[in-house]
Amino acid sequence: MKDYYDVIVVGGGPTGSTAARLAAEGGVKVLLLEKDREIGIPVRCGEAVGEKGISKIVELKEEWIANHIKGLRLVAPDGTKVKVHHEDVGFVLDRKRFDYDLAMNAANAGAEVVTKAYAFGLLTENGTVTGVKVQYIGKQYDIRSKIVIGADGVESRVGRWAGLKTNLKLKDVETCAQMTATNINIDQNYCDFYFSSDIAPGGYLWVFPKNKNTANIGLGLAGDKAQNKSPLSYLKDFMKSNFPDASVLTTVAGGVPVAPYTENIVSNGLMLVGDAAHQSNPISGGGIVLGMLAAQIAGRIASEAVKENNVSEQRLSQYVKEWEKAGGSNHRRAYRLKESVAKLTDDDLNKTAAAIQKKPEDKHTVVNIFKAALINQPKLIPDIFKIFLG
Amino acid sequence: MIKIKKDLCDFCGTCVSVCPDDAIELFETRVIINNEICTDCLRCVKVCPFDVLEAGS
Repeated sequence: MKDYYDVIVVGGGPTGSTAARLAAEGGVKVLLLEKDREIGIPVRCGEAVGEKGISKIVELKEEWIANHIKGLRLVAPDGTKVKVHHEDVGFVLDRKRFDYDLAMNAANAGAEVVTKAYAFGLLTENGTVTGVKVQYIGKQYDIRSKIVIGADGVESRVGRWAGLKTNLKLKDVETCAQMTATNINIDQNYCDFYFSSDIAPGGYLWVFPKNKNTANIGLGLAGDKAQNKSPLSYLKDFMKSNFPDASVLTTVAGGVPVAPYTENIVSNGLMLVGDAAHQSNPISGGGIVLGMLAAQIAGRIASEAVKENNVSEQRLSQYVKEWEKAGGSNHRRAYRLKESVAKLTDDDLNKTAAAIQKKPEDKHTVVNIFKAALINQPKLIPDIFKIFLG
Repeated sequence: MIKIKKDLCDFCGTCVSVCPDDAIELFETRVIINNEICTDCLRCVKVCPFDVLEAGS
């Protein structure tokens, strides 16, 4: 580590590594800080992504893909399984490999990557962020920069230190527990989503197959509905009744922002990306593609701003404008849908599943399912179409 | 005052994300609540995925 870089990225997840790579490719000096001992570990994620979204951002490597998915199934509270007709196929990733390689790509593009480096504060001068305070193997360092990019995840403190309100309301965070389990009886072609107030109130439980008898299984509860029973207890109950003979290879906790769109993600010398900027999809919780999409924009604009020697909030807000176009309007619609879906009862969900099952399988589109579920809220129908078709 | 059952903690940061006072510090395998800043709103206790946090007396 040196005492100055043009751009310092805090957080070595897919979003941070992508921002670091794009900035380095723009020809500026970049430092990428990761607080944990190893990039990619622990995996706090369901690991499923759509092919369309991810392949626009990176050239996929076969070794990143644990399993190719042919379809999705939604499981209603009464156990009815609805196969979803969906054009975009997907993957269950091996996030350890994925994250590791993305950080390596950033390094190969010229960024310096450091693990076990914990950012504990910002340096500021006259209202501009001018660097990061870092603790690294027992010593503290002040490292100066032109721009700091906070990719420090759901717990983002970088933004708060710069005066941006990034803390989440209880109802806007999903609190999650996740396992990787093997020796289980699953269909490796399908990602399953369970909706039920008994299984995951205010969220859903996922079973995403990694191979023929192994899956990433987890659940998220709305933060305001997790008071009496923890996500881990819900997950253990599900495993006991559905996969009693499973061997559990990982057990991890996590949090996911499912929050309203915010433009409040830049200030003088500072940009936030990914979960730190609440860019994850408020309805699915998926954050890899959206975070990396935003990071591409942020990394490029950071390098341009450094070269122009203008890191003012006004200059960096070009990132906000481009992100608004790339993901902002969809994000707003998804949040409106989330608020409505949160009001659905188990009875509503069972009725929706029954109504959809009566239709031929090629009509089981996500749009039709939402339409059936939100039949009493016709105002939202255009939102549904725009999110899933536009 | 919030009690931390440290041996249960997975260091996921969900508590940090809802703290309105920026009173929680999370390093790799270390979580600390600054009791001078903490206002005992208990949001962290409510969202903790592994029941690590407890309202103390």
